Amino acid sequence: RDTGGVAWARAGRTSRKRLHGAVKMATLSVCQAPCGGFSFDYCRRNVLLEAELAKLERSVPAARKTGTTICGVVYKDGVVLGADTRATEGMVVADKNCSKIHYISPNIYCCGAGTAADTEMTTQIISSNLELHSLSTGRLPRVATANRMLKQMLFRYQGYIGAALVLGGVDCLGPHLYSIYPHGSTDKLPYVTMGSGSLAAMAVFEDRYKPDMEEEEAKQLVRDAIAAGIFNDLGSGSNIDVCVITKGKVDYLRPHDEPNKKGTRAGSYRYKQGTTGILTKAVTPLDLEVVEETVQTMDTS
Amino acid sequence: MSIMSYNGGAVMAMRGKDCVAIASDRRFGVQAQMVTTDFQKIFPMGDRLYIGLAGLATDVQTVSQRLKFRLNLYELKEGRQIKPKTFMSMVSNLLYERRFGPYYIEPVIAGLDPKTFEPFICSLDLIGCPMVTEDFVVSGTCAEQMYGMCESLWEPDMERQAFEMTCPVSRIIEFDRMSTTVDSKWDSKGIISKDGRCGNNTASSKSMI
Repeated sequence: RDTGGVAWARAGRTSRKRLHGAVKMATLSVCQAPCGGFSFDYCRRNVLLEAELAKLERSVPAARKTGTTICGVVYKDGVVLGADTRATEGMVVADKNCSKIHYISPNIYCCGAGTAADTEMTTQIISSNLELHSLSTGRLPRVATANRMLKQMLFRYQGYIGAALVLGGVDCLGPHLYSIYPHGSTDKLPYVTMGSGSLAAMAVFEDRYKPDMEEEEAKQLVRDAIAAGIFNDLGSGSNIDVCVITKGKVDYLRPHDEPNKKGTRAGSYRYKQGTTGILTKAVTPLDLEVVEETVQTMDTS
Repeated sequence: MSIMSYNGGAVMAMRGKDCVAIASDRRFGVQAQMVTTDFQKIFPMGDRLYIGLAGLATDVQTVSQRLKFRLNLYELKEGRQIKPKTFMSMVSNLLYERRFGPYYIEPVIAGLDPKTFEPFICSLDLIGCPMVTEDFVVSGTCAEQMYGMCESLWEPDMERQAFEMTCPVSRIIEFDRMSTTVDSKWDSKGIISKDGRCGNNTASSKSMI
């Protein structure tokens, strides 16, 4: 409204009628401060674009997905969460070492599979809301609260937010582990796996899970489950991250294991100066700001 | 074939010892028809911070303008230059707002921290998923060719001189292969290092489609 008003006033009385529709729209669209939440402005344009380009046999660019193997297990003193570190964009590996275990609160962490941007943003939103909630109640947040917040948000978007999560943490009532699906359903279980490599990881769990394991045993089990996902599923790969949450502390082991270390190169492929012809070169020296000034006095007597 | 290859374009950034480099091609075309060879895809967002945008040309221009607007507000409020990591969050937020009707661009950010001069590169997907790497980032129509070239040529802690050659060479080689980025000048907007930036190295690749 404001920018439209300014344009109106500046134009002058005679040209007001002519400017009524056009200038107002143009100035409004660019100079709007961000107001939060989703914006559906471009949906119509994108549908038309996709229809047009479908005629020319083109497709929509792929969002980055985390093919993924994520899992969690409840043991004697707490919860162990595990994840691989590969992010794919179609058939290409986009990120060889992405972090899939997201912070929710000091005692709660969440692994995310599915559309990478969705898992990243959803966990950040719920983490912020949970911190406000925790300040309001004056207590350490409970895992059930995080679970309820996540499932209510995901259900609201009817599965269009593609985030499949494994939520784990320890609160005043003990260790808890939940799996949350993109449409908003949740399961509270002693061991869970999600992602494209979930079947491989679940096979390992079903074979070797026992209630009340020790920490080392639980870490080894999670490591083996993720390794099964990494080696048998194309969407998972690279390293294994593990997060151990207990009553008093959290051990974020990134990386816990690197079964896919890159080999060392045999030769050097450096090019000589002048290999590429340079047409023009413009060097701009930048000012260095003085940040700190210390004076050392010397006795020159 | 995707909407990203309607106008074509490729951007990449590499990290070296105390410096970063960002490069892009300069072609603007409509499918196979070339329209101009001096289209800007790398935009300065600070003394030592650049963003490169590959994808649909209209969105490249819109996003760079809207981003500059938000960045100006930030700098007025904070009274200082933005840090690259914060800028990445700003871009991520701008793109995720349009989660269900996205901008068809894939940004690449390269810069140095304004106080500590630590090098930083990252890329994002079209809905704002950030990815920070230690070596290089690529995006655009010939992304796969660029991945191949960068994986072979990049070495950790490359000095500035070696850098000046590696970045351009990897660009030219994959340009030869891609019809939507071929036969145009490529433009390296920066070897950005703490004492100065070496900009606008343009080399022309006369290759055949």
